Amino acid sequence: MAANFTKRTISSSARSINGWFDHVKPAPKDPIVGVSEAFLADPSPNKINLGVGAYRDEEGKPVVLQCVRDAEANIAGCEFIESSSASVSSKFVEESLKLVYGKDSNVIAEGRFAGVQALSGTGACRLFAEFQKHFYPKSQIYLPDPTWSNHYNIWREACVPQRTFHYYHPDSKGLNFAALIDDVKNAPVGSFFLLHPCAHNPTGVDPTEEQWREISFFLKVKNHFPFFDVAYQGFASGDLEVDAKAIQIFLEDGHLIGCAQSFAKNMGLYGHRVGCLSVLCSDTKQAVAIKSQLQQIARAMYGSPPVHGVLLVSKILTDQHIKSLWLREVKVMFNRIQNIRTALRASLENLDSPLNWEHITNQVGMFCFSGLTPDQVHQLAREFHIYMTSDGRISLAGVTYDNVSYLANAIHQVTSSAQETLNISWSP
Amino acid sequence: MESPSPNPPPKVSAASASSKPNDGESMFADVPLVPEAPVYAVMAAFKNDPHPSKLNLGIGVYRTEDGKPFVLNVVRRAEKLLIDQQSAVKEYLPITGISEFNKLSAELLFGANSPAIKESRVTTVQCLSGCGSLRVGAEFLAIHYHQQKTVYIPEPTYSNHPNFFSSVGQVVKTYRYYDPATRGLDFQGLLEDLSSVPSGGIVLLQACGHNPTGVDPTIEQWDQIRQLIRSKGLLPFFDSAYQGLVSGDLEEDAQPLRLFVADGGECLVALSYSKNMGLYGERVGALSIVCKTAEVASKVESQLKLVIRPMYSNPPIHGASIVAVILKDSDMYNEWRMDLKAMTDRLINMRRLLVDALHERGTPGDWSHIIRQVGMYSLSGLSSDQVAFLTREYHIYMSSDGRINMAGLGSKTVPYLADAIHAAVIRGV
Repeated sequence: MAANFTKRTISSSARSINGWFDHVKPAPKDPIVGVSEAFLADPSPNKINLGVGAYRDEEGKPVVLQCVRDAEANIAGCEFIESSSASVSSKFVEESLKLVYGKDSNVIAEGRFAGVQALSGTGACRLFAEFQKHFYPKSQIYLPDPTWSNHYNIWREACVPQRTFHYYHPDSKGLNFAALIDDVKNAPVGSFFLLHPCAHNPTGVDPTEEQWREISFFLKVKNHFPFFDVAYQGFASGDLEVDAKAIQIFLEDGHLIGCAQSFAKNMGLYGHRVGCLSVLCSDTKQAVAIKSQLQQIARAMYGSPPVHGVLLVSKILTDQHIKSLWLREVKVMFNRIQNIRTALRASLENLDSPLNWEHITNQVGMFCFSGLTPDQVHQLAREFHIYMTSDGRISLAGVTYDNVSYLANAIHQVTSSAQETLNISWSP
Repeated sequence: MESPSPNPPPKVSAASASSKPNDGESMFADVPLVPEAPVYAVMAAFKNDPHPSKLNLGIGVYRTEDGKPFVLNVVRRAEKLLIDQQSAVKEYLPITGISEFNKLSAELLFGANSPAIKESRVTTVQCLSGCGSLRVGAEFLAIHYHQQKTVYIPEPTYSNHPNFFSSVGQVVKTYRYYDPATRGLDFQGLLEDLSSVPSGGIVLLQACGHNPTGVDPTIEQWDQIRQLIRSKGLLPFFDSAYQGLVSGDLEEDAQPLRLFVADGGECLVALSYSKNMGLYGERVGALSIVCKTAEVASKVESQLKLVIRPMYSNPPIHGASIVAVILKDSDMYNEWRMDLKAMTDRLINMRRLLVDALHERGTPGDWSHIIRQVGMYSLSGLSSDQVAFLTREYHIYMSSDGRINMAGLGSKTVPYLADAIHAAVIRGV
């Protein structure tokens, strides 16, 4: 048959041809994903992964939320849907947008939004970046300094020039507000600004409500476009509505914003890649047009988004019982991280660390921007098998009551200026 | 420490915090509406049609004898297994996806004993179905393939093919493929056109079950194509969306593609599980790049991660988990093979029934191409006027190029289609 044919007749071999990809260089590891890879490769029983922003329970284990299990049991046995049907998508989008714009929001009631399902937060940002490039080819994106490392990659791949605006003040370990406002004022009219509405990644430093009002005001003055990346709604205060306050302020001020939402963390749906991209519009005609453009961009990227996660999110958001379970579970995750913040700070202070560790409990969300230097971070990995990104960002979800002392000791060791030779026996 | 702002913002009064949009316009006020892709317009029209005998032959999905979506039983089994696994988590996959899925997908395409696999010369990364695999491949080539920025696609081809390449700045040209006169392969035209492609040009090939024509080269023709491509130094990029649904046998459908691996050369392959496992909405697929050496394959894989990370970070877990469960369990794998045989037999049967029905009616014309064509589709040869007639008078829907999805037919509806075609031809539409 065909197999025999192959053996008989291959006469012109390609063996003499040079490989087309010989010149390809090995790519550097992703700063966040690379941490997990290094952690996995480490055989030490004491190792701790404080790299990726994925929630862990008190035993350091990944969690599938009960509301997700309930939703999954509920949708099992339904017919497979061939591709995200329009009605499933619309329902998902509407329910998702209520979380950020408010359930009584006028923009939703009036249909003045272009909303599409996206591949979690990354996918939503990338769709928007491509959209921005297409319709504002000369525009720039202003990213907070610092921001999630992948933000730089996303807008770069979309060929949108990027700049940073002042955000984090390393000395105060708080917000560099005056410089932030200056940057907003000095940016060319009609620039695009990426904002984290709550639980800033990586710093955990959020503007106050008053500060958000000012940011909104000055963005309006310069007719800048505010784009919100909402990846941690629920993790800043434990309350989803409170965490959406910044967005509410912008809406009240009349901004027509863009918004990327992720359900990876707050619903624990990491691997399902469920997110939403929305762009607010002046009218429904524009909303339809913009939505069609976003769908066209998505179509050339992956066709249509995966359906399973969307069914889960829709079920969770529309079933009263499952939704209230979800809100309770968000609170549980938030509380655990709050408790760990307290425990870590206390442990360090109890070790008589000379440094100021207030920021551990001042910062909000999943991360502690520790202030550790890259050298100290490497030392933690090398000597203590503790892994975090080299900017010193600690994913607190990876900390438990079992390992917090070990972690505190290790941090104390690498930050101590004194060369003490204590017999420290640590058992994680 | 931050100093208070010298100009505190005016308080937003209740009156101004209205539902009206801001004084300024939206920045995107002039964004034009994208017209719906024709295939979706056809589907929408079908959906809105109340006629009881309406028939949808414009879809790109498999249907049962009764016109219902088909969920493979083995897929249900696999999904139940996954849901019952209390230990299963929903963590992020690695950027390149489930490694077991990748390994088994490569074996499916190239054969477990493929020297390329044994020599670690193949990198396979999980992507979002065929579309996602094509886009990731196109982006990789746009960055790293310096020979040519032009991609040659068959005329005609799947409507979305040009978009993957044009979206990354590549020029898209076509090569002759379908001969409307014979309703078969324009082999001479194909060879001529590929002969004039400049060295290094990227050539998109459909591995089997050509969409929309149903016309595949014979294995002898495939080898000639291969020789031409290798002698001209062109880079083949395969789209494999129908493995198993053309002959009913997974190995046989992969033979053309495997010719291009057996000769030691390089190629790209986009694989989709949408149709052959009925996993459409789950978006399951893989991009494989066969490289000259293992070292190159490893470097290529690292670069693919840089393409994927800023696009969607990592692929969706659900569908690929289902595929991995099925591929690694020999019992389930065999059940899948049997399903494929049954699905394919049904498609072939519909072809025969349709041609028989047309003969019975004495419909003028040669309809034998419907049986010669393979896979899910047939380019019927109906003109766009005839297609419009079929829709208007008989509520039969298909794309205006006359492509029929054989899976949209059942033994009960074949006569109706035959009547419609007969009427169109007899009336000289």
